Amino acid sequence: MRDIAHRVLSMVGPGVEAEVFVGHTALALTRFANSSIHQNVADATTSVRLRLHADGRTASGSTTVTTDEGLAGLVRRTREATRLLPPDAGWPGLAPLAPLAGEGNWDEATAQAAPDARADRVRAFVDAAGGLETAGYCRTMHAAGAFANSAGQSVTGRTAEVAMDAIARLDGADGLGRLASGRLSEVDGAVLGARAAAKARASAGAVELPPGRYEVVLEAPAVADLLQNFALYGFNGKSYNERRSFAEPGAEQFDHAITLVDDTLGAGGLGLPFDAEGTPKRRVAFVSGGVTESVAHDRRTAAEAGAESTAHALPSGGAFGAIPASMRLDPGPATGEAAELGAVVDPAAAALVAGVERGLLVTDLWYTRVLDPKSLVVTGLTRNGVWLIEDGEITTPVRNFRFTQSYPQALAPGAVLGVGAEVTTVPDGWGAAWRTTPALRLASWNFTGGASG
Amino acid sequence: MTHFDVATAAVQAALDAGARYADARVMHRRYEAMSARNGEIEDLSQSEDAGIGVRALVGSGWGFYAVPDLSDAAARAAGTRAAKTAAASARVPGPATDLTPVGAGAGSWASACEVDPLSVPLSDKGDLLVHATKTMREHGADVAEGLYQIWDTEKWFVSSEGHRIDQHIRECGAGISSTAIGDGEVQRRSYPAYRGQYGTRGWELVQELDLGAHAARTADEARALLTAPLCPAGETTLILGGEQMALQIHESVGHAIELDRILGWEAAFAGTSWLDLDQLGTLHYGSELMNITIDPTIPGALGSFGFDDEGTPAARRDAVREGRWVGVLAGRDSAAVAGLDYAGSVRADGWSRLPMVRMTNVGLEPGPHTLAEMIAATDDGIFMETNRSWSIDDKRLNFQFGTEIAYEVKNGRQGRMLRNPTYTGIGPVFWRSMDMLSSESVAWGTPNCGKGQPGQVGHTGHPAAPARFQNVRVGVRG
Repeated sequence: MRDIAHRVLSMVGPGVEAEVFVGHTALALTRFANSSIHQNVADATTSVRLRLHADGRTASGSTTVTTDEGLAGLVRRTREATRLLPPDAGWPGLAPLAPLAGEGNWDEATAQAAPDARADRVRAFVDAAGGLETAGYCRTMHAAGAFANSAGQSVTGRTAEVAMDAIARLDGADGLGRLASGRLSEVDGAVLGARAAAKARASAGAVELPPGRYEVVLEAPAVADLLQNFALYGFNGKSYNERRSFAEPGAEQFDHAITLVDDTLGAGGLGLPFDAEGTPKRRVAFVSGGVTESVAHDRRTAAEAGAESTAHALPSGGAFGAIPASMRLDPGPATGEAAELGAVVDPAAAALVAGVERGLLVTDLWYTRVLDPKSLVVTGLTRNGVWLIEDGEITTPVRNFRFTQSYPQALAPGAVLGVGAEVTTVPDGWGAAWRTTPALRLASWNFTGGASG
Repeated sequence: MTHFDVATAAVQAALDAGARYADARVMHRRYEAMSARNGEIEDLSQSEDAGIGVRALVGSGWGFYAVPDLSDAAARAAGTRAAKTAAASARVPGPATDLTPVGAGAGSWASACEVDPLSVPLSDKGDLLVHATKTMREHGADVAEGLYQIWDTEKWFVSSEGHRIDQHIRECGAGISSTAIGDGEVQRRSYPAYRGQYGTRGWELVQELDLGAHAARTADEARALLTAPLCPAGETTLILGGEQMALQIHESVGHAIELDRILGWEAAFAGTSWLDLDQLGTLHYGSELMNITIDPTIPGALGSFGFDDEGTPAARRDAVREGRWVGVLAGRDSAAVAGLDYAGSVRADGWSRLPMVRMTNVGLEPGPHTLAEMIAATDDGIFMETNRSWSIDDKRLNFQFGTEIAYEVKNGRQGRMLRNPTYTGIGPVFWRSMDMLSSESVAWGTPNCGKGQPGQVGHTGHPAAPARFQNVRVGVRG
């Protein structure tokens, strides 16, 4: 791939600022429903992205056709586009020569996992569900990238990932098992299947509670949705520059228990060790002890803001801004022995549940959409298990709610009553982002409708 | 080798490796998108991709493998890998898989296109967006954005049953939006729809939109929204504009009638459906004004094609007739499971993805009224238009949608502007409350329908007209 990158650079010729990103992704996903594998897919794709800045104008293009003819066509089309487009006053220049800060995660067994390895994990999940209907997927993926630009920056990297995300169902009630890791050996279908089945069984006979504000314990899959929306809207450098984000660096916008970072190279981090502009990844703190510190930038949004790139340029270009892909919410302090609350609650959230006088345990959030990007008011539904907590005990399964809630407000100073001591890495549905997070106990969550409207 | 030869080689390799059925799609797609912001070009994206995807059925298990290499050797290897992947599915087997017969044969189809959008000079396309966004900016938009997108897709399909089909589908569309930023609040107005309007047409579609003529209005309305009163909370009579109706149809009918969801094949991610096949033909989905069709033959609509990605010829079919549920979106395998004798709604978003049940053009047949008549016939209600947010549960029942703008309707007249409008409800209850339907139908295009794992983005069409609903809960806020 490094060869392809430099071959394209040589085709561009002198006098033009050029950058080339060559990415190869091999993705395999074994999907099951009604407790049998029904879709089993794999693909291996190499794509080349070229961005040129010539005579003050910028254009980019990409191709999956990596023959000499295909690459020459890419260079020709992109060069022609730079002649036709208007001047680009905001061109931030190419990434300078800089070494990588780390190699990123790599596990050969994960990268080379065969269809049988995925099918075995599915088999284990189905068996552990003990006859309940099951559905979900096991995915393995590896990606390699080579970047080179005409300023001399040239870096390569690779990463591997395994994810399992599945439910067990009983009479229409679902329980969830969801986990991502850099190592195939860390994803055990039997463990996830047993947990999903326990949750589904414990959801039998769910009752409908009136909407309103409830204290909540959000398990990691639910908290991951908060992180996802913070990534897309709150800490997106483009949104920040356009004043569409709530983020105010220097302000105490979150509870002191909240520390939120993006850390591809850290423990549990996944992804290539550089971004689409060749800037090396590093740990970036967005929130430290409740104080907003920074937002994510690519080179263009950084130049507009008078800041440095934080290595969050996307391969698809800057139209969506700069978005962190490997966010981590730091865990809280260990509180000694975890409370024993049976199979319903994830062990990572058990200690938080024990402190709730009356509230709800929420496993997962679903179909969340932003009503107002500035205040980050989001509507969505609960999914995969909700229970009433009374005097520290899980007492009653509850039917799903619709909620309408400002996410920053939910984590505002004084609103976070507890942070779990263990983190879980949760995949997104597209294999492009991961959220590592503990469970959270929050003082208030605004449920605006029950399952029946 | 021709592309048909490459696909044939892949199918034969899958059969040689043990498949009892196989098909292959060679696809070549060119994509171009340009965005402008505040009077300047922000981004130009041009891409080309080509490859082959092979689907193999071994026993009761499917396998799929795709590569961006159209050599004979790569195609054969992909066919073999697809069959081996299918064989691994036998570790967790399901019931026997059959395919509903649809007839096999040769075919060729191309979408109508007056002006090839990729041949229009980039400078002309850039001028269009620059002019529109500059005008919005001059009229007070804090952020003025414009976007066009073009897809030019050629595909060659071969199956072990004898299909040999080629298609050339050109799609494009465009839109603009003005954003006004106030104290702790953001308001947006878009034209002609959120993300724009799209179809299987040439650049003439974009020219007809006349983006520049609507630029000033979007900016003026976005600024006015910042100081408009909030949409009140409560139950009321609701009139929806045509573009919001397209979203309503997409989310609360289109996805609900996908047969793979009904059968539980999407249970863990996209979800299931509140519909039960036992009720097909009898269920009262909506009022008698509700006539929904599945129709990939509509000229120029975004969900149109000549054949789906299983080689089934495009055909019109009823989904809801006079309020009664009568049809589904199906593929050959799901139709066989359900005991249905039709398919034709299976597509993939590229050569590297498995074809799956997708909406084509799922739309509401026009009614007898006009928007003006609906407003005139409403004593107390709210008129909402242009989608802003959408959220619906995994059974496609409980929804909450927001629009960019709303107006009071009092005593038969459209009154003051309202900001942050939302409405919520339960699908069949909502559809049964529809008591007026306009004849002013437009085939709206949705280029961003997500489904499947790995994720796929589908292009769908939705003929829709303004409609009126009774006793709807509005004004839900955080």
